[in-house]
Amino acid sequence: MKWAGLTGVLLLLVIAASLFSLLTGEMDISLSSLPDIFREKSGIEYSVLTKIRIPRIITAISVGGALSITGAILQGIYRNPLVEPYTLGISGGAALGVSIAIVFGLHLTIGSAVLPVSGFAGSLITIFLVYFLSLKKGNISINKMLLIGVMISFISSSAMMFLMSISNKDSMHSIIFWMMGSLDEPNTLLIKIVFYSSIAGLLISTFFARPLNAMRLGQEKARHLGINSEMTLRVLFIVASLLTGICVAVAGIIGFVGLVIPHIVRNTIGSDYRVLLPGSFLGGSFFLLVCDLLARTVIAPNELPIGVITGLVGGLVFILILTRQGIRAKIK
Amino acid sequence: MENYLDLKNITCGYPGGFQIDNIGFEIGKGMFVGIIGPNGSGKTTLFKGLTGELKIKGGSIMLEEKNIEAMTLKQKAQKIAVVSQFTEITDMTVEEYVMLGRMPYRQNFQFFETKEDFQITEKYMKQTGVFEMKDKQMSELSGGEQQLAAIARALAQEPELLLLDEPTSHLDITHQVQILNLIQKLNNDTGLTVLIILHDLNLASEYCDYLILMNKGKVHIKGTPAEVLNFQTIEDVYQTVVITRVNPVSNKPVVFLVSERVLKNGGNLQ
Repeated sequence: MKWAGLTGVLLLLVIAASLFSLLTGEMDISLSSLPDIFREKSGIEYSVLTKIRIPRIITAISVGGALSITGAILQGIYRNPLVEPYTLGISGGAALGVSIAIVFGLHLTIGSAVLPVSGFAGSLITIFLVYFLSLKKGNISINKMLLIGVMISFISSSAMMFLMSISNKDSMHSIIFWMMGSLDEPNTLLIKIVFYSSIAGLLISTFFARPLNAMRLGQEKARHLGINSEMTLRVLFIVASLLTGICVAVAGIIGFVGLVIPHIVRNTIGSDYRVLLPGSFLGGSFFLLVCDLLARTVIAPNELPIGVITGLVGGLVFILILTRQGIRAKIK
Repeated sequence: MENYLDLKNITCGYPGGFQIDNIGFEIGKGMFVGIIGPNGSGKTTLFKGLTGELKIKGGSIMLEEKNIEAMTLKQKAQKIAVVSQFTEITDMTVEEYVMLGRMPYRQNFQFFETKEDFQITEKYMKQTGVFEMKDKQMSELSGGEQQLAAIARALAQEPELLLLDEPTSHLDITHQVQILNLIQKLNNDTGLTVLIILHDLNLASEYCDYLILMNKGKVHIKGTPAEVLNFQTIEDVYQTVVITRVNPVSNKPVVFLVSERVLKNGGNLQ
């Protein structure tokens, strides 16, 4: 079947990129030495692999996949090709949370785990606000939701600018650095959380794939087909926002994945959500693995912020694809 | 004839806005019923009440003596299919689109369509004449073809009642007649009950067994085309001078419009 083939190819790409990522870095490791290293379970190579590279690869796969399906879901329920995980203000809320923590020096007094926690708290508050402000007589109004999200985004970025303007140089630097995103996550618990929740998000959203397909016709028409579009919308909004919140808390703001990847997958595999969601997940994982590889090799031993790479690579590839195909916004 | 659909004193409308009052009528199984009336007379509001898009504020809608509001969305979708004026222009193939009609029969954890779904979809695509285009994108189809695909999708729901909201109003006469003939044939052959909003009085007269004329949120008159479409009633409701005659072939009433200049000259231009 066509679907299985394409998903298979994407899976192979992810595996290849992971392997390549595993072997490349400040210390190059050859593929043939891998079995020995894992058999001996000691030595500097072993610790580089298990302490640095493998956690990073898992983070890249999870965050890339999660952001990408979140984009696909949100573009689907809002029926708007330009919506991405950050449009709803979730990243803004998270960034504001982190900025507050940094400005008050909480990360220095309590510990670095404060940053992801306050980021997640910020995004939860945003999700809560967007969700309840867009309820109209108990029904969710999609357009209102989108507008409120965008507004909250603006409000939090202004608040953040204000905080930055009154903070010292170090805090400002920390905020900016956090915002640029990084897959370097020392806390294994956070890595586990982001990994399991991205898999859970993939499973839940794929379970709603057929209702999502019907909702491509619009909420009302989906209702006529027996789909509870209201419930689908609520569940998927919550799944998408939580996933985004977790990703932002762990990796900072990594733009473009959620916008570009679902788009490319739509253009190649089609808009059937049963294949679009797994396809986007794998596509996003692959994309972030490659970007991370670039981020840590281009100016080694220093590292580029991953957000810079995803923006540059993603944007350029996207423009290339759009102009080569003629502009065809594939959505709905 | 036993009543299939029974509307009792329906009140329904937009919050704080237009509403239709006290609408009541019965439709027998297998009837072909048209709803006509001027713009703003409440046709679409009634339609939305029937499809569940608007909440019914008063009265009840009974489908085979069961209250429609007590049915789940899925149960309703297995009985009632809706075709609206425009199809959504989406990037999906005709086959994918028609296949959506099988949604109401999906089991909870069913991820793929069954063989039966494919057979049923194929059958109705052939019946509506869109089978040859099944791999085309919906957006590549003409307006008429899209509407045929929409009907195929509705039929794939295997409904007992087909609700149509001006399905032909933006189409040329070829497609208008093609679509209405198709619906008429289905109505004849399979006993599908049809409730259709039509703007064109002559099409309504030609195809419907029974007409409901709405005006100002109320049912003005209901009956056979011959009972409803006489010049006094139409002039009352539409505030327009018309002439009615009988179609020499079908013996159904035909409504003619007359221009102001001709009317001033006493109906004689010579």
